[in-house]
This record gives sequence, C-alpha cells and structure tokens, in this order.
Amino acid sequence: MTSPLQSEPLGTGRVLVLACGALARELAIVSKQAGFDHLDLQYLPSGLHNTPQRIPAAVEERLIAARGHYDEIFVGYGDCGTGGQLDAVLDRYGVQRLPGSHCYEFFTGSDAFAELHDAEPTTFYLTDFLVRQFDRLVWRGLGLDRWPQLLGDYFGNYTRLVYLSQFPTPRLIAEAEEAACRLGLRFEHLPVGTGDVEPVLVQLGRRPLYALPTAGPS
Amino acid sequence: MSDDELDLATLPDDELTQQMHEDLYDGMADEIIEGTQILLRRGWGPQRVLNEALVEGMRIVGVDFRDGILFVPEVLLAANAMKGGMALLRPLLAETGVQQIGKVVIGTVKGDIHDIGKNLVAMMLEGAGFEVVDIGINIDVQTYLSALEEHQPDILGMSALLTTTMPYMKVVIDEMTARGLRDRYIVLVGGAPLNEEFGVAIGADAYCRDAAVAAETAQTLIRARRDLATAV
Repeated sequence: MTSPLQSEPLGTGRVLVLACGALARELAIVSKQAGFDHLDLQYLPSGLHNTPQRIPAAVEERLIAARGHYDEIFVGYGDCGTGGQLDAVLDRYGVQRLPGSHCYEFFTGSDAFAELHDAEPTTFYLTDFLVRQFDRLVWRGLGLDRWPQLLGDYFGNYTRLVYLSQFPTPRLIAEAEEAACRLGLRFEHLPVGTGDVEPVLVQLGRRPLYALPTAGPS
Repeated sequence: MSDDELDLATLPDDELTQQMHEDLYDGMADEIIEGTQILLRRGWGPQRVLNEALVEGMRIVGVDFRDGILFVPEVLLAANAMKGGMALLRPLLAETGVQQIGKVVIGTVKGDIHDIGKNLVAMMLEGAGFEVVDIGINIDVQTYLSALEEHQPDILGMSALLTTTMPYMKVVIDEMTARGLRDRYIVLVGGAPLNEEFGVAIGADAYCRDAAVAAETAQTLIRARRDLATAV
C-alpha cells in the first residue's frame, strides 16, 4: 500500500495548513474566498476523530514529511481528545494549531461554547461535517447499525443534540434533526459559522512570510 | 433448540467455562445467564463462578481491547452480558458474607457525562471483590467529598473522557489535600485522554489505562497500604 505521504505531492504554496479532514470544506471555502493561493491545504483522515490517540503520531508523520518544503506550517486541529499529546508534538516542531479543545469550540468560540456547554452538559454536538458523516462516523462508527441495543449505553446520559452549523442548508438541518431523533435527543440548531477558523486562516494568509528553519527533532 | 445449537448443560465444567469466555467475548447475554445458572446448579460457589467464568472472560476481552482487536461496541456487549451473570451472583455473594477487599467510591468528574469507561471499571472492581459505590456523572468536588465522608471508602476513582474536564480531577485532589483528607484515600484516575504523566502531575496514586488495569491496580495498592499499616 502506498503511504499518504508518498501519494500526495507537495503543493506549490509557501504555507502549509495540515488539518483534520473534517475541516476540509470550511478551510477550502475560507481560503478560496480570501484568495490565498500561497496556502497549501492538506488533510488527515477524518476517521481519526474516533481514535484521537492516533492523531499525534499521524500529524507528526506529516510534519516530518513536510518540513523543509514550507516557510510555515500550521495545524488545523484543536486538542481533539489527545489530552495534550498533540501539543507535545507541535511544541517539538514549533508549530501552532487552532485554538481550543475541539472543532465545536473553535467553530463556536471558546467563551460561547463554554456557556453553551455549561448550560446543559448533557449535550451532543454535530457540525456540518458530522451531520454529513453522521451515519458513517456516529451510527456505524459506534456499531449502532449492528447493535441498536447499545444506544442507551452511548447516549443514555444525553438530553439534547445541538447542530453547530457552518454553512447550513435546509437539507443539512433536516438531517441533523433526523440524527437527533434517531438518538432520542431534543434538537436545537445554532448557526455559528466558521468561528475562529476564518480569522486564524486569514491572519496566517496575510502574515509576511519569512524563512523558517527546518524546525523539529531529526 | 435447533440441531446446530450448543446445549451448554451437556458440557463438562472446564468446557462450559471456556464456552462462557467465548460467549462473553461475543456478547451473548442469554448464554452467560444460562451458563451461570448451570454452574451454580452444579454446586459451584458464586465466587468461583464470578472469578473463573465471568472475570476471566472479561479479562480476555480487556486484553483484546487493549490490543486493538476488539472495539468499544464489542466491549459494551461483553459487559452487558457479564451484567446478566453478575445480577444472579450478587445476592448469592452477599449471602455468603465473603469479606470484600475494600470499598471504592467512583464517579465521572464535573462537566463530563461519559460513563462507559467508569461503568466498566466499576464492574471489574466489583468482580475483583470490591464494594463499589458509583456516584454517577458530572460530579462536583463537594459531591465527591460528601461521598467520601458518607461511605468511608479505601479508594476514590475519578473518570473523564474530555480534555476539557480532566483537569477537574486536580481540583478534587487539591481540595482533599487542603482539607487534610488526601492521605486517607487511594486516588485512581482514568479516561481516554489521560496518561500516566497526567496522573502523576495532578497527585493521583495511579493512572489506570483500562478497566482490567484499574482492578489490578486497586488490588495492588490496597494490599500495599495494608501491609504498610501492619508493619508500622
């Protein structure tokens, strides 16, 4: 099997944004709207969402492959359930990431998300990506297609599903509501847009470029 | 029963326990209940059924989960199957009056409602001979302290699944320290985003990476503490 590192040629940009596949659509839209042709966008498999312990090593593998080819590298992940292990990798390479713990937080904004979550900690969140991939990542990912009797084990403590939308359409809203129904949760829709992703990317795109050393351990 | 279905009652003890390990692995709750009933009818004590059929079966499940052969749904199915057997054994174990190894208060920290791992740990601790007081989810420091006061356990177990909630464990431990309570209890912590380094940093006695390790660690630390008390 060909490694993703070998199969994906390096782009022509001078800044690499190495991100979770769950952000692909949002990053592409923001980057295109801002006309950042010197940004290369590369993605890791979104399935890592369900196995966060694998994220740090997967990101490090990409960093090793990319260093020396870019003036700057930025990582499009939050902590994403890695318990600080992703930050430990990024610190070694001198690379920054998106602010916050996870995509729900950086789409919503840290303070607003904290308020939302504190108001009802028994909340399950979906983004545009997770609505689209609900069946694959949530329903089948948790084995509920084969063992629906596990629904209570997984979601028995939850009371509501909040769809934190980026670019909502009537169809996505309906699918999110259907997901809530399948999980037996109350549905709410909160349009939050791309939150912290857009200003971070815009700042990155407008930053004067300078030559970085090929940072990181050998 | 169809011709190709296995009649558990026809199996000798060793093959039946082996079959129960496989049934646990496959999450077959009805078969676990049936196997438990058969072993009890054959005169096995509830402790022996628990140890040799159920706990050993779950230990195998735990090893394969750790090795990435089984995943969360399969472990949940196995745990639910084990619960069926435990429900039969629990009153019998209480009747026998077997001295329990110790008492554990366990709960998921404030802001966190995830309890799959905590429930597995509670079950494995119970299987290992501990009295377990599960105080639930989204537990704040005052509730932890009240539970310690009320139940006087040997061990406090705290669980968190979220990076955002795991620091709350330190809040609880710091408050225990501030009130002069910390040394009275063994504090075990666990949850997907945690690691050993985090456990040390917040002042826990041990980080437990999974339910089987939690049960082993609890037994080891409580024996060490009692040995120390005896030696003094």
